[in-house]
Amino acid sequence: MENPYVPFLMKIEEIITETEDEKIKTFVLSFAREEDKERFAYIPGQFAEISVFGKGEAPFGMASTPTVPERLEFSVSKIGVVTGALHNMEKGDTVGVRGPLGNGYCLEAFRGRNLLLVGGGFGFSTLRSLTNYILHERNRKTFGDLTVVYGARRPGLLLYRRDLEAWGQRTDLRLHLTVDQKEEGDEWQGRVGLVPNVIRSLAPGPGNTVAVVCGPPAMMRFTLPVLRDLGFGDENILLSLEKRMKCGIGKCGRCNVGSKYVCSDGPVFSQAELARL
Amino acid sequence: MIREEVRILRKERLEAFLRDLLRDYRVFAPVRKGELLLLDRIDSATDVALVDGKTKNSAKEALFPQRERIFAYRAEEGKVEVQVAPRTEEKQILFGVRPCDARGLLLLDAVFGGDCPDPYYVDKRAGTLVFGMACVNPSPSCFCLSMGGGPCSADGSDLLLVDLGDRYAVEAASVRGRAFLQEGPFENAGVEELAQAEEIGKEAASSMDPASIGEALEKRLERPVDDLLWAGLTESCLGCGVCTYLCPTCHCFDICDEAASTTGERIRIWDSCQFPLFTREASGYDPRPSGKERFRQRIMHKFSYLPKGRNMTGCVGCGRCVTECPVNLDIREVLKKISQAEAR
Ligand SMILES: Cc1cc2nc3c(=O)[nH]c(=O)nc-3n(C[C@H](O)[C@H](O)[C@H](O)COP(=O)(O)OP(=O)(O)OC[C@H]3O[C@@H](n4cnc5c(N)ncnc54)[C@H](O)[C@@H]3O)c2cc1C
Ligand code: SF4
Ligand code: SF4
Ligand code: FES
Repeated sequence: MENPYVPFLMKIEEIITETEDEKIKTFVLSFAREEDKERFAYIPGQFAEISVFGKGEAPFGMASTPTVPERLEFSVSKIGVVTGALHNMEKGDTVGVRGPLGNGYCLEAFRGRNLLLVGGGFGFSTLRSLTNYILHERNRKTFGDLTVVYGARRPGLLLYRRDLEAWGQRTDLRLHLTVDQKEEGDEWQGRVGLVPNVIRSLAPGPGNTVAVVCGPPAMMRFTLPVLRDLGFGDENILLSLEKRMKCGIGKCGRCNVGSKYVCSDGPVFSQAELARL
Repeated sequence: MIREEVRILRKERLEAFLRDLLRDYRVFAPVRKGELLLLDRIDSATDVALVDGKTKNSAKEALFPQRERIFAYRAEEGKVEVQVAPRTEEKQILFGVRPCDARGLLLLDAVFGGDCPDPYYVDKRAGTLVFGMACVNPSPSCFCLSMGGGPCSADGSDLLLVDLGDRYAVEAASVRGRAFLQEGPFENAGVEELAQAEEIGKEAASSMDPASIGEALEKRLERPVDDLLWAGLTESCLGCGVCTYLCPTCHCFDICDEAASTTGERIRIWDSCQFPLFTREASGYDPRPSGKERFRQRIMHKFSYLPKGRNMTGCVGCGRCVTECPVNLDIREVLKKISQAEAR
């Protein structure tokens, strides 16, 4: 039996500063051992606990896609002890990784259906993982229409510029970027407006569609009624909860909500499940 | 009591019995430490204090210590080495554990076992035998009977001892317990001794409130409890967390690193849902912003979520939180008021 508390080691291959305020960086990690890579078979929507030895560990959603299994990415927003220490690390440094944890998206249930992905903040990392998974040539035709709505406060806070550009060129994905506000001098040509309002105006049909929402709590809260107004049923609205966590395996009690543990029963729940808690 | 599986241990043989146990096992038993009665590891059979009442700490400490190392590490010049202690099964005996604490272990078994077992707990647990001690004189704060247990309940014990004055009736309550009874200083029990043990059990239970709490309360908690009621019930709570630390079933923990320059360890350490920072998020938002929500969580987790999620109640009625709360917040009163309150 494996010890679920012990991380394996990974090397930082690359650090990408994502946002103009430098608060979010993406860490590209490589496995030190082949067997760790094989064990770390994940699906989009899952997460891992990252250790900075001496500082502790913290949970982060996988930002990379399992279709490129050797390259594990996490986008980390700097807010405290572990995230701060991560931001101070350099290429070549070693971190610990424990996972994959949580349920992730039920990809089988998504096949053949249209997907509306709605994201904001670092929560978009999870939807980036899902999007790149779906766009993989082996997978794309097994899913229906793909619509991505992604918002940031300012243009300079949008993550994954390189992906967004590539996605924008594609005909098999509808990408809607929006910013809360535009400042003078911004070259932003896209939409201005809050994510829930953008969705209301886009008015995507709920037919055979799953809405997958991952972002700051406020964004999720205000998006939910809009989706309902558009006719989405609660069982077709998926939300990723981001409670505080420690163990990640349903033991330590930190993430308890009702009879569920967000770490092991979630973090992905349908609104129908949440309503029952 | 299952009569076939009861044998007798004379008290004059107890010390020698414990000495034998100490040769092969780590033994935890009630001991006196100053004013306190504590369940602690003993080195000598004469340390044991078998007196009325329960230990201040609960039996969970022997399996889920307050502070426990997960691993040690060395980090030098970007290179990290993680050192995990090899897994060993500790052979240990928890001697003289009260029936409430023994039942509490069953809940911990469910939490720390399951699909993703916790190696630190299950390794200790696999080698642990629980020798329970029936309560002849339950204290006024005890309400195990209302929680589905009882002063002579053998749930969670491998052997249960019942004090008959100059001897103990020893009941086997598990396969491992039964095997233990076959050897050692035990004698066959006579009809009179069995009857006496039975009588003691009845008498102990008769001194307690027989009203059951669990099921009706669980039903009641399916409907919302008025926020004002929570506020009123928990007004005096200080959020000190004593109730959760001493509780035999509370099991929340934190994981953190303790580091010197190049070496350190990752530890796990008890935490409490009653502490203000437990769920506070970076934005400042806290899903349980005040003592009211935190107290509600404690009650809901024990009496609604655990019954729903694990089919077990998170309280065994030991009464520790009743006697040790600095502001005398009596959980029985809280439960009673909730049960009686109309749904909104
Ligand atoms: C399933 C899951 C996926 C996540 N994915 C990402 C991700 O992809 N990128 C990312 O940047 N962050 C992510 N987070 C949030 C991240 O785990 C926290 O920001 C991190 O734990 C903070 O650690 P710290 O040691 O730096 O902060 P600390 O020093 O421990 O705390 C700083 C402040 O942050 C608060 N805090 C701690 N954990 C959380 C939390 N989970 N949510 C809100 N506030 C918290 C603390 O209460 C405190 O106020 C995720 C969280 C979860 C549960
Ligand atoms: S022991 Fe009493 S005061 Fe302390 S947290 Fe528990 S109920 Fe509140
Ligand atoms: S809640 Fe109180 S009475 Fe119930 S088991 Fe815990 S400490 Fe004992
Ligand atoms: S993080 Fe420990 S129970 Fe979920």
